[in-house]
Amino acid sequence: MTDTSMTPADASKKKSSLLAQDARTRKRNAAETRFRMYGMAAIAVGLLFLVFLFASILRSGLPAFTQTVVNIEFVLTKEQFDKAESKMLKTGEYQKIFISALTEQLEASGLDVDFDNKAIQRLVGKPGGTIRSFFLENPDRIGTPVSFELAASSRVDGYLNGRITRDTLVDSRFLMATDLDLVDALKEVDVIQSAFNWNFITGTDSGVDNPGGAGLGASVIGSFFMMLVVLFLSLPIGVAASIYLEEFAPKNRWTDLIEVNISNLAAVPSIVFGILGLAVFIQFAGLPQSAPLVGGLVLTLMTLPTIIISTRASLAAVPPSIRDAALGVGASKMQSVFHHVLPLAMPGILTGTIIGLAQALGETAPLLLIGMVGYVAREYPETFAGGFTDANSAMPAQIYTWASRADPGFYEKAWGGIIILLLFLITMNAIAVVLRRRFERRW
Amino acid sequence: MPFTWLVLIILTIAAFGYVMGRKRALQSAGGDRRNLHSLPVYYGANVAIWAIVPAAAVLVVWMLAQPFFVNSRVLATLPDTLVSEGNSIGLVMSDVRRVADGLDVAVQQGAMSRAEATSISTETSDVRERLGEVGVALGSAVSPEVLSGAQRYRTLNATGSVIMTVIVLLIAFGGAGYAYSRSNADFRARNTVERGILALLIAAASMAILTTIGILFALLFNTIEFFKLYPAADFFFGTKWAPSFSGRGGASDLGVLSLLWGTFYISFIALLVAVPIGLFSAIYLSEYAGPRVRSIAKPLIEILAGIPTIVYGLFALLTVGPLLVSMFGKDTVGWMQGGTAVMTAGLVMGIMLIPFVSSLSDDIINAVPQAMRDGSYGLGATKSETIRQVILPAALPGIVGAILLAASRAIGETMIVVLGAGAAARLSMNPFDAMTTITAKIVSQLTGDADFASPEALVAFALGMTLFVLTLGLNVFALYIVRKYREQYD
Repeated sequence: MTDTSMTPADASKKKSSLLAQDARTRKRNAAETRFRMYGMAAIAVGLLFLVFLFASILRSGLPAFTQTVVNIEFVLTKEQFDKAESKMLKTGEYQKIFISALTEQLEASGLDVDFDNKAIQRLVGKPGGTIRSFFLENPDRIGTPVSFELAASSRVDGYLNGRITRDTLVDSRFLMATDLDLVDALKEVDVIQSAFNWNFITGTDSGVDNPGGAGLGASVIGSFFMMLVVLFLSLPIGVAASIYLEEFAPKNRWTDLIEVNISNLAAVPSIVFGILGLAVFIQFAGLPQSAPLVGGLVLTLMTLPTIIISTRASLAAVPPSIRDAALGVGASKMQSVFHHVLPLAMPGILTGTIIGLAQALGETAPLLLIGMVGYVAREYPETFAGGFTDANSAMPAQIYTWASRADPGFYEKAWGGIIILLLFLITMNAIAVVLRRRFERRW
Repeated sequence: MPFTWLVLIILTIAAFGYVMGRKRALQSAGGDRRNLHSLPVYYGANVAIWAIVPAAAVLVVWMLAQPFFVNSRVLATLPDTLVSEGNSIGLVMSDVRRVADGLDVAVQQGAMSRAEATSISTETSDVRERLGEVGVALGSAVSPEVLSGAQRYRTLNATGSVIMTVIVLLIAFGGAGYAYSRSNADFRARNTVERGILALLIAAASMAILTTIGILFALLFNTIEFFKLYPAADFFFGTKWAPSFSGRGGASDLGVLSLLWGTFYISFIALLVAVPIGLFSAIYLSEYAGPRVRSIAKPLIEILAGIPTIVYGLFALLTVGPLLVSMFGKDTVGWMQGGTAVMTAGLVMGIMLIPFVSSLSDDIINAVPQAMRDGSYGLGATKSETIRQVILPAALPGIVGAILLAASRAIGETMIVVLGAGAAARLSMNPFDAMTTITAKIVSQLTGDADFASPEALVAFALGMTLFVLTLGLNVFALYIVRKYREQYD
């Protein structure tokens, strides 16, 4: 029937050639190209965001790892030492010696800048005490050239990093505009240098007005103890739960309930786990606030679903023939699982656990509620047990604390903290990838 | 550290029992392990399990129950006048506990002898000052009733601990002895041990249920407590959010609507960023890209999902916020007052959600069978026509599910909004205004020295409940859509 409507006369009305595209084909092809472009643009935008994110992290964070130091070498003679020790204000005398050494160095290089005691204090604090205690401890160094490396104040740091400029600087007791001439002059003669800031990695948090002295060390330890708790609770519980659900669970209501609960818990916002930790662990069970133990418990509950899901996947990947073979030679069901299936699934389980730990390491919101933010982690825990129960901070909580302080000097520290946090995460994920590559088995 | 010691002793009993049980079983078989029903390890393990599990169970239950018991006993001895003088029971009890802890510290540091701590009275010495010396700061002078309550609290706790230690140790010994007496060649040790292990596995799997129950109880009880102090209708339908920080109750306006508005507005902008980019990336990666591009671009995009939210928060606060201000701020069009705004948080949250949308959609698009593509190509459709008219309709339920899951993520996200969205609750259409969300307010109401009996702190639990119900509802709805509208191809 349809043949009649398609007469040759109808078809010949439209002149078409195989070589030239008609308008409709061109339109369709253009739409095709456009659609493809949308996809490429989406990927490009995604990658651009990634690059932008990392660029801003590195640009703002790297200065946190360097510190401006005043590096000066001078000789303290025996007479100067005796004279200074005989004075009432001993450290003041050392300060004068320091200043004269500085002036000498400046004059030797032909620069002439006026400065006084106060300016030095604004630049490096009170160096007199440091110098005096050095010579009291090492009396044999008197008379020989000694070089001192004194940390410059965070404002000077900010000036040299470009965070503070001559236009934005407001004169205060911390730094005056006139001091900047001195800083420039000292920089020219290499007395002010930048050095690697070890204190940032090993040190502890400082007070709210001293961004220069803030370090991440104590909170790294806090995070470490939290991860210990998470590892030693969530790995055994997660593996046990997965073994039951994957190998033993009968199909019944209880099993269904557990499954639904696990998938729901994986989607519960992390802040709700924080509320749980606050209400159950701190209010109800009376555990100490800000303790890594409580943080670890909360993060354990958060990580469990992740670990259970990945462990079940790797248990399911072990072929049934392994189980059948074990049962065939007389092993019990339990023996077949623990002696054969579990060891074969172990690489996958470990990979999943490491990824779960990495997630837990970066988690911040629940830590805010269990009191890890207000706490200023000034000290390392003294004992191993104290590492769990003493109030401490954790890396992400410390970063948040710094980000919410008023002094912009802390922002740089927060970015630097993020670099360290990301380094930990990258290392953990790299280990997971290597484990997977090295031990993954295709059946 | 009596608790640590107790655990160590129980473990020692178990280890000793393991060796003994194994030995006894082997002896009863005449030293020939072939005569045993099970492998020798099972006999040892049986004794160890019997030593640990009942004792540990009693220990845990006891430690949970003791505080309640002690509290109620101490409360019964406190005179009613103390409670009715405008103080709540909880406050008096926390005073009692603080004094008791202070006495403990004083005894530990040697500033007070044991006898002195139990006999000290407010008439003969200033307890507050004495405790201050060892670093325990008390808010007010200690009343004689509180002090005697604290002393009673200490004695009850001490006797409780002693009784607990004795009973737990007896149970551990008893369990080990019972299992030891049954260790002989005919005893089916493997079956018993395996039943025990299975019970442990079930217990571990039930942790998920326990966690959910814990979350529900923590939220529910405190929410009910909140609604006793603050009318529920005002909470759900109030548009004003102005908690008072100083006083207890009364002056606060705690309406959730403006917070809900901020939450949804920010989530909407986040989805506006994440859905097109994520969906188009997924389409490109699964349909157009070659294996090489796919193997590079996919993991790179997924890096965005592995970055902790605190990083995004800082990125919003310190990079995106100032950038947006320089584009839309006073110097140009004047739409934006400060760096923290709905736009800032929404944009950054959108970046965070891109990999979430793209990898979920990618899986769903890949699950559409190849035969449908081939059929479409065979009819002369171009690639994009196939995608738009065949693949996307087939994958639609899954994609909608993915978007709903992303929305639930956006609603529950905390760090980005805490740092990037601002603190002022307001109902406004301008996306460059600072607004705040449910999660941000939970954080601000529960950090600091909040007193947990005040509506200002308790409101956080009601907010948490709202958040929990919202995200749970979205997740269930997403699963429902995926299940109901899924096309079955097999």
